[in-house]
Amino acid sequence: MQRPSWAPEDVDIDRPSAARVYDYYLGGGHNFAVDRAMAARAVADWPELPRIMQANRAFLRRAVRYLADQGFDQFLDIGSGIPTVGNVHEVAHATNPDARVVYVDIDPVAVAHSRAILADDPRTGVVQRDFAEVAAVLDDPVTRSLIDPSRPVAVLVVALLHFVGDERRPGEVLARYREAMAPGSHLVVSHASADGAPDRADDHQALYRRTATPMRMRTRDEVAALLDGFTLVDPGLVFLPEWRPDDPSAVLEHPERFTGYAAVGRRD
Amino acid sequence: MTEPHGTRSGAEPDPVDALAIAWADEVEGTSYVPMAVDELQAHLRELAGLVIDAVLADPPRPDAGAEVGRRLVAAHFTGPETLERTVLLLDEQLPALLDPAVLPAVHALTGTLAGGYAAALRDRTLDEQEAIRRAVLAARHHTEQALHASEARFRAMFHEAAIGIGLGDMDGRILEVNPAMTRMFGHTADEFRRLTVGDLTHPDDAPSVWRLYERLLRGEIDNFRLEKRFFRRSGKEIVGHLTLSLVRDAQGRPTYQLAMLEDVSERHRLQENLEYQAYHDPLTKLANRAKFTERLERVFTREGPDSLRRVGVCFLDLDGFKTINDSLGHSVGDRMLQEVARRLGSCVTDGELIARMGGDEFVVLVEDSHGVDRLVGLADRVLAALAPPLPLAGQELVVGASIGVVEQAVRETTASELMRAADITLYTAKAEGRGRWAVHDPGRDEAETARFTLSAALPSAVAHNEFFVLYQPLVSLADHRVRGVEALVRWQHPRLGVLSPSLFIGPAEETGIIVELGRRVLEYACRDARAWQDEFGDAAPFVSVNVAQRQLAEPALVSEVADLLDRTGLRPDRLQIELTERALTVDEGAPLKALDGLRAMGVRIAVDDFGTGYSNLSYLRKLPVDVIKLDGSFGEGLREEELSDEVDEVIVGTLVALGHALGLTVTAEGVETGPQAARLRALGCDEGQGWLFAPALPAADIARMVRRGAPLGDPAARPGGDLLGA
Repeated sequence: MQRPSWAPEDVDIDRPSAARVYDYYLGGGHNFAVDRAMAARAVADWPELPRIMQANRAFLRRAVRYLADQGFDQFLDIGSGIPTVGNVHEVAHATNPDARVVYVDIDPVAVAHSRAILADDPRTGVVQRDFAEVAAVLDDPVTRSLIDPSRPVAVLVVALLHFVGDERRPGEVLARYREAMAPGSHLVVSHASADGAPDRADDHQALYRRTATPMRMRTRDEVAALLDGFTLVDPGLVFLPEWRPDDPSAVLEHPERFTGYAAVGRRD
Repeated sequence: MTEPHGTRSGAEPDPVDALAIAWADEVEGTSYVPMAVDELQAHLRELAGLVIDAVLADPPRPDAGAEVGRRLVAAHFTGPETLERTVLLLDEQLPALLDPAVLPAVHALTGTLAGGYAAALRDRTLDEQEAIRRAVLAARHHTEQALHASEARFRAMFHEAAIGIGLGDMDGRILEVNPAMTRMFGHTADEFRRLTVGDLTHPDDAPSVWRLYERLLRGEIDNFRLEKRFFRRSGKEIVGHLTLSLVRDAQGRPTYQLAMLEDVSERHRLQENLEYQAYHDPLTKLANRAKFTERLERVFTREGPDSLRRVGVCFLDLDGFKTINDSLGHSVGDRMLQEVARRLGSCVTDGELIARMGGDEFVVLVEDSHGVDRLVGLADRVLAALAPPLPLAGQELVVGASIGVVEQAVRETTASELMRAADITLYTAKAEGRGRWAVHDPGRDEAETARFTLSAALPSAVAHNEFFVLYQPLVSLADHRVRGVEALVRWQHPRLGVLSPSLFIGPAEETGIIVELGRRVLEYACRDARAWQDEFGDAAPFVSVNVAQRQLAEPALVSEVADLLDRTGLRPDRLQIELTERALTVDEGAPLKALDGLRAMGVRIAVDDFGTGYSNLSYLRKLPVDVIKLDGSFGEGLREEELSDEVDEVIVGTLVALGHALGLTVTAEGVETGPQAARLRALGCDEGQGWLFAPALPAADIARMVRRGAPLGDPAARPGGDLLGA
């Protein structure tokens, strides 16, 4: 049964939360024992995990800076999680102090924390919605007050889609966002994949089954299919560290060990 | 960026740059720092300057290490590995880059650096822990507020709902009811709480109601819906549309029962009212025809084929009601009907339904009868009740009634058959003299039924061309060859199949439809005869067509026949008209004139069934007739091979002689055997007709027979055999 909007979800901190586990990987303190215990088990199986998470966060930073440099001044970060270090508004404001950023998450703790941190910043806003509630996200008064839908917007769906199972039809949800985005808008996506480390991915997905957000890793083709309808900017769909690295001359050994895909696509 | 110390000259590498580069290399990846590589190096370069300045100062300032540690944490170098690698790097690189003598100062500095780093990380971690806990509290607060809001909404819904809502526990105790429920029942909420679900029983409750309830309590079903009556506190009755649902806990165990009740009493009353109107006669308040029909049909649909149940009806019609209505006016007629209804009401007992079927027809249905006696008793009572005069319109009016009584086993009849029987029996009672009852007699009624229904169906059958014509050959007894054919009409009845004329000619004559039917038959016959005429010329058979008395009386008959011959092109001498003796003996001029007209055209006239009427033989002399057809009954005694009835022989011989004396052709009907044909021939009969030669056949078979030209009814052949050819 669909939960009515006025019947809230319980705040359950006895279960690990993907948002808080991610914070822990990035060296943050916004987490609880249950989150750290889960992260510890995951790292024991897969020691590169913190580096993968860092690589993902670094991709987010590079993508936001790239878009800000292109002149984007409105950002919609869906599945923003716990604001930790290197948040979208911080990166964007470094280039354009007037940039508007709306953070969207369904995790009540992540939302409450975001509101606490951003309370004094009129250029930012927080919306508690699920990724799939496209119309509700876009029509929320907070979104409406900060983002002008008639102008290009940067929509970020970073490290989120692997928490959206096929039964929720993420491709169709992205298509609905695409339809609502003004031409010239961009979509930023990163997605966990087992392509680089198939042996480890299964155990890892099993771990996440205990969270409120089970995991669905996807292959490169599957990720590409989700981006159907967007024109990918260079270098296309690549492993996380390969997307417009800060130092192009630095040769990465085994980029596939950072097992996740990244891409930025344009809505034509 | 300010240079923390003076620039150095020459190619000698700057120790600050060198340290920064090495440092960045060392800590890269140990923490997530939201900086590009160049930003990272710039940041560490600043820290490297601080470190080198502190170590080279005189005296060295190891306390600067604490600041460096804090700034590492501030830049989010929060990974423990960062500190470890930083300490090792400084211990190793600074003596090499600067001077081995700085080692003690370096040690002192890395010590304070570790302390500053740990303190800053501890503060940061505690701050973040506090932040996340605040976030949890905020989220919970938000959730609680939302819950309060939703509970308030539910409360409002519960209180304001127009529908009655009640919550009970699994023992049937009522825990809570909303105001709509209290209004519906007239109980206060407190009074409700002292009740159990069982107190809401109503004597009209179907057993299924409480069976469903038990199943719900056992958790076998999750909800059910039904309509049920309840008593209000005042004792008044209400009808409620009830939905009862089971509320389960998180483990799926039944916990509460939730009732939702809609008061549909008004709707029910309205419906009952409408139903009453639909099923009752407004004048007499008796059941109407629809109600009666429904009840009667229910009797039949509820009984299986093995049922022993019997059902009876008294079908009643007032005698002379129309006269009263016409002479004294409708209002008197209406009051009479009301009085009759009242008197009928005094005659019936439980299980007997009186209905007004319309006009002055009433019926009493006895749904469970045990023999005709009860019905007859009822009919007697009804007649007795109606006997006393009715004081109406200042006069004493006497009303009689006739009653048709039918009583049958349910499995032997159907609702519509029963009513048809009642109708016919009523008719019989009226025909036998009014003011009496008659009991259904299946034998009598069958004939009447058939006549009645066929007669009623005739006009539409004629309109729909359900009739066709067959032809029975008339052969010369001299050579057994076909001379002519008699056209015989048949009814292709859509339900009963092909019907012979004996079943419908009588009713057709009575109703007058015979005129139209006869016209059609003449037309068919002339067309077929014309076809034979075209094929066989002079050898073509003539066609003999029966014309009824009513047709003969039609002034237009002669002109119609003339027109028909003209249209079809049939030679008049190929047409013969057959009339019954009775039709000819009417003492009126018109028919005879018609015969004269027909003969004048060249059409021959035959007298059918000659000898069966009360023939005035002298009259025969004057009649314009060409042929007499001896009725088959005269030849019956001549059929046997060995024995022949001498009386019959004499009679036939006399009739033949009479016919011949008048110059008439004599045809024998009903010829069935070879010896009979031979005797008839010996007695002088000219033509024969009957099964020996052929039955009635379609026109195409007649043509085939004529084409073959073979004699029919050869004594050696089987009767009627081999006559159709291949």
